[in-house]
Amino acid sequence: MTMPMYVSPEQLMKDRADFARKGIARGRSVIVASYATGIAFVAENPSRTLHKVSELYDRIGFAGAGKYNEFENLRVAGIRYADLRGYSYDRTDVTARGLANAYTQTLGTIFTQESKPYEVEIAVAQVGASQDEDQIYRLTYDGSVTEERGFVVMGGTSEPIATALREHWAPDLPLAQVLRLAVGLLEGPDGEGHRDLSATELEVAVLDRRRPRRTFRRLGGPLLEALLDADSTTADVPTQDDSRPGLHDTLTQPGTDGNGTPSATDGIPDGGDARHEHSNPQTQRED
Amino acid sequence: MSTEHGRGLSQEFLAPRSSSFTEFLSQRAPELLPGGLPRGGGEGTVEAPHGTTIVALTFAGGVLIAGDRRATMGSFIANRDMEKVFAADDSSAVGIAGTAGTAIEMVKLFQVELEHYEKIEGTLLSLEGKANRLAAMIRGNLANAMRGLSVLPVFAGYDLEQDLGRIFSYDVAGGCYEEQRHHSVGSGSLFARGALKKLWHEDMAEAQALSVAIEALYDAADDDSATGGPDVGRSIWPTCAVVTETGVRLVDDTQLEELARAVVSARQSNPGGAR
Repeated sequence: MTMPMYVSPEQLMKDRADFARKGIARGRSVIVASYATGIAFVAENPSRTLHKVSELYDRIGFAGAGKYNEFENLRVAGIRYADLRGYSYDRTDVTARGLANAYTQTLGTIFTQESKPYEVEIAVAQVGASQDEDQIYRLTYDGSVTEERGFVVMGGTSEPIATALREHWAPDLPLAQVLRLAVGLLEGPDGEGHRDLSATELEVAVLDRRRPRRTFRRLGGPLLEALLDADSTTADVPTQDDSRPGLHDTLTQPGTDGNGTPSATDGIPDGGDARHEHSNPQTQRED
Repeated sequence: MSTEHGRGLSQEFLAPRSSSFTEFLSQRAPELLPGGLPRGGGEGTVEAPHGTTIVALTFAGGVLIAGDRRATMGSFIANRDMEKVFAADDSSAVGIAGTAGTAIEMVKLFQVELEHYEKIEGTLLSLEGKANRLAAMIRGNLANAMRGLSVLPVFAGYDLEQDLGRIFSYDVAGGCYEEQRHHSVGSGSLFARGALKKLWHEDMAEAQALSVAIEALYDAADDDSATGGPDVGRSIWPTCAVVTETGVRLVDDTQLEELARAVVSARQSNPGGAR
């Protein structure tokens, strides 16, 4: 008969944490950073369909680093949680704090009770009416949660990037400047290990605080190239959607007025004009 | 609903299941489905406010749905400014006739259903896919329909693959039918359909289609007591959603008022109501 070997709880937790940390460090970093008119998500991701960044609800976004299947599972659970809450109460009652609480409990339970902890780090961000009201939560594999001011870096070798952001990030920076800063840090320092990242190798999305209702938009095509180009005058995303049909959440056309600030000619954004942000269909129409 | 505060997301949230919110809801909180749980409530039928007439028609470059604002309970007017036409998502709209309460809940669920799919899958449902999801909801409501709580929607959307506006109608058992060019449901639909047949023609512009819709609703209100006509005294106008390639737009009240007043004044001092 074999005797089960005794492992102290300290050792058990340490082994699990080391295991999860190693898995997370193998991937590439993801940056979530607040800017003057919203919150930006920047990830190195050559895939156009397997996303690391996603919409959870009207003003709430999600970013994951680590094992894809695990953070994808958490992303879907978060969408279910948010939609159920919005459906049973009202759209305005869904908050990032509620989601972060649900995630922290879930990750904590999985860390201690499942045979293997999740090798993930996730961020839940909610864009506010002003930059002071933005909320960014960072959740780690063991269920610990922190509310960060301004920015979060997760996955890969995140420490040097976080240090550099502490130095260079400032409130009120325009989107283009925050994006160029983030991409520069993802590319790594000059010398060995430096990679040049083009628009096609990046997954970039924003929560735009100026929009009504659903604020999440992915950025791609000429718009992202213009934002990353230091010589371009495009500093922000347009507040109007692309006029071509297709997915509502992707912006590709650079703003007409160069800096993307709403001009008098900009109407109410497409897609946001038909409905007010309420769950009850009787109160959705704007008069 | 138990919100699971302090206990995290239960297995139902993390389970690998379909991207349908309705399916998730039926597992997690079936009491929140439109009409609630089918059991209980005893025998007999329930009397609840009914919404009435909806018209839908295509025009060059899109499709529109318009509805009157009245809800009735027998001969009693339960509500004179309810909304019956809604944006379902960015490229489709739905109008409802039948039991108001159940219908509003169904629209609310349908809106979440489409958005939920879009967020989880990262792609849009096809127009036929959306129409079929709505059919499944109507079928799920059959037990309620037998108690007198039936819902009959009209669904219209812009088909991005075929580049045209399309209209779908439903029967109480969940049958989904594509309608040609125009359609109407509800108690005043007989009269509205007659009007549409005479007024609709190929390649109408959007503004013209709008006034045809309002005129058809006017004819329905003329002969059906459950349908509300334009209320000049209270400034209550029909609601209308226009769907084109660029998305859904709920027509604003100023434009509706102008069109409705034009229809009313064109019929003035005309006892027969003929045009």
